[in-house]
Amino acid sequence: MTIYQEIKKSLLVSLWFMFLTFPIMVIKVNTIEQTIDWHWWRLAGVGVGVFFLSFLWRYAIARKEAGKKKAEISGEEKVALIPRLMGNPRFYIPGLIAALILVVAFPFVFSMYQTNILITALIYVVVGLGLNIVVGLAGLLDLGYVAFYAVGAYSYALLNYHFGVTFWMALPIGALLAFIFGIILGFPVLRLRGDYLAIVTLGFGEIIRLVLENWNEFSFGPSGIANIPKPSLFGLQLSLQQSSIFIYFLMIGLALMTIFVVRRLQDSRIGRAWIALREDEVACQAMGIDKTRTKLSAFALGATWAGMGGVVFAAKTTFINPTSFTIWESIIILCVVVLGGMGSILGVIVGALILILLPEYLRAFSEYRMLVFGVILVLMMVFRPGGIISGVRRIYKFEGQNTIAENNNA
Amino acid sequence: MKPVLDVNQLTMDFGGLRALDHIDLQVKPGEIVALIGPNGAGKTTFFNCITGIYSPTKGDMLLTRPEGDSSRLNGLKPNRVTERGMARTFQNIRLFQNMTVLENVMIGRHCRLRSGIPGAILRPPANRREEKQVVDDSYRMLEKIGLARYVNEFAKNLPYGAQRRLEIARALATEPFLLLLDEPAAGMNAQETKELDDLIIRLRAEMGVSILLIEHDMKLVMSLSDRIYVVDYGKKIAEGNPEEIKSNPAVIKAYLGEDIDA
Repeated sequence: MTIYQEIKKSLLVSLWFMFLTFPIMVIKVNTIEQTIDWHWWRLAGVGVGVFFLSFLWRYAIARKEAGKKKAEISGEEKVALIPRLMGNPRFYIPGLIAALILVVAFPFVFSMYQTNILITALIYVVVGLGLNIVVGLAGLLDLGYVAFYAVGAYSYALLNYHFGVTFWMALPIGALLAFIFGIILGFPVLRLRGDYLAIVTLGFGEIIRLVLENWNEFSFGPSGIANIPKPSLFGLQLSLQQSSIFIYFLMIGLALMTIFVVRRLQDSRIGRAWIALREDEVACQAMGIDKTRTKLSAFALGATWAGMGGVVFAAKTTFINPTSFTIWESIIILCVVVLGGMGSILGVIVGALILILLPEYLRAFSEYRMLVFGVILVLMMVFRPGGIISGVRRIYKFEGQNTIAENNNA
Repeated sequence: MKPVLDVNQLTMDFGGLRALDHIDLQVKPGEIVALIGPNGAGKTTFFNCITGIYSPTKGDMLLTRPEGDSSRLNGLKPNRVTERGMARTFQNIRLFQNMTVLENVMIGRHCRLRSGIPGAILRPPANRREEKQVVDDSYRMLEKIGLARYVNEFAKNLPYGAQRRLEIARALATEPFLLLLDEPAAGMNAQETKELDDLIIRLRAEMGVSILLIEHDMKLVMSLSDRIYVVDYGKKIAEGNPEEIKSNPAVIKAYLGEDIDA
């Protein structure tokens, strides 16, 4: 009885997919001979494939539901494997040592190409952690985040072009400028929330990009700025390879600093206010939290990291133009945060590594690369909606009169 | 002695609808005052006006500390009102559901703490002390309200009555001298209501807060209040002590309707 129903369901699904994909899979116009080729065997392939895949799909969904029910019955919230391991010194200390060795040895063991990809991924780690403050902690959906990234990159490129400002000076300046832009852009959107905020920030992101593209006198328009110097190391002449290794370690340092600062921020008076603001704005205000200041601080602090990421990005690629700062970039950074796990630092790091490294290593699939990528994203969101490592927030726990909160953050 | 809260001719229009019509109300130091009236009479609107969530069309609101300095509440943002020493709870519970009981109270302490962004990142000794202090203070507040055993639970997992009490604890954490309670006993059973009654009396005795409450439970209102204000259709129809209110014909009319054969 049930097996019959399952087959019927799958049959319907496969019929529906055959119908949907009919125009693109079956009909092929041969433009030279002006004829139509009918690829009927492809339709059969789609039908059979979908038939079996739908079984697999329902099986996975059923397992997920069963797991959820079990958790409800047992009453206790299941702590995911990774946070649990992170909480146990016997696992995380050797883990940390192994990670350290891998990180230090990486650029010497693997090729320049691999190192460069990893640098990109690390930039996304830093930028993603910044966006995590805005989206993950304060709950403000910002789709124009790449604007701050652009501010950082262009502030280095332009200051260097006009005034010869070095990388090391540009790093704090870029961060500061992004901070200021965060406040400027934050002000008008403060009264908005949710979808409206997302749309307006999206608009801001595009405005910055369009200004950069069209204001030729200022930003050199679409042709961009070339010959941006790579970061210097006490005036030493570095070869291309050495300089990549240097940027790699620089990014490792910057990422560690970001983790340190973001962690401290989220376990502070301000971090608590951000989380409370995400939970309930009205109650937050009634408890004496200044909504404007709290939101602005989230916006501006998030932007700061994007600014720094932008400076490093400009130094790494030595060439920037507005096409590096499209809406697509914002979406990728948002994906890093959502896929990794909103509000979870480790999650964002893992998310950035997966999202940036995966498309690179999927190059073997050539044109199906993005398709596979998309499928993986969809599956992730269906089966782990909280992200790879769902946000295990540090919880303040009271343990006796004189102990301050226990730290069990992921 | 000057009243802690002095509201004069408060009027609130929503478009063509007059939700509050020239309301006068005073709360004296150490008093428990109740604001009652049928559903939709404008009681919660009154709270929202004085706490800065709405800005009233007309009227003056004056908040006076027991030490003597007063400030006008007109045009202040809700967080400024709370800083001035008037905290509130909500009719429909608005706790931070995914934060623990302790964290909820810690949020209440927020406006009495000083550490900013540099303090959060660098964690100087002053900041560490403050963070330790806030945990201890919050715990003590929970002990006082009788929620200490729930300290590490998520707010959403608390029984209903405890959630109501947590709202009070969170409001008290802001160190108010005037506490506004919006239907604190709504949905409580008789036992919980009795405990709430004791709690409110105790709060006044121990912490010296004045209390203004909206409530539908007449037994609670009559036993608690020093004075009662009755509003209907945005207008104040009566004020006085519980005995006077019980026998006031206008109040009886508002609650029970007019006698048909009168």
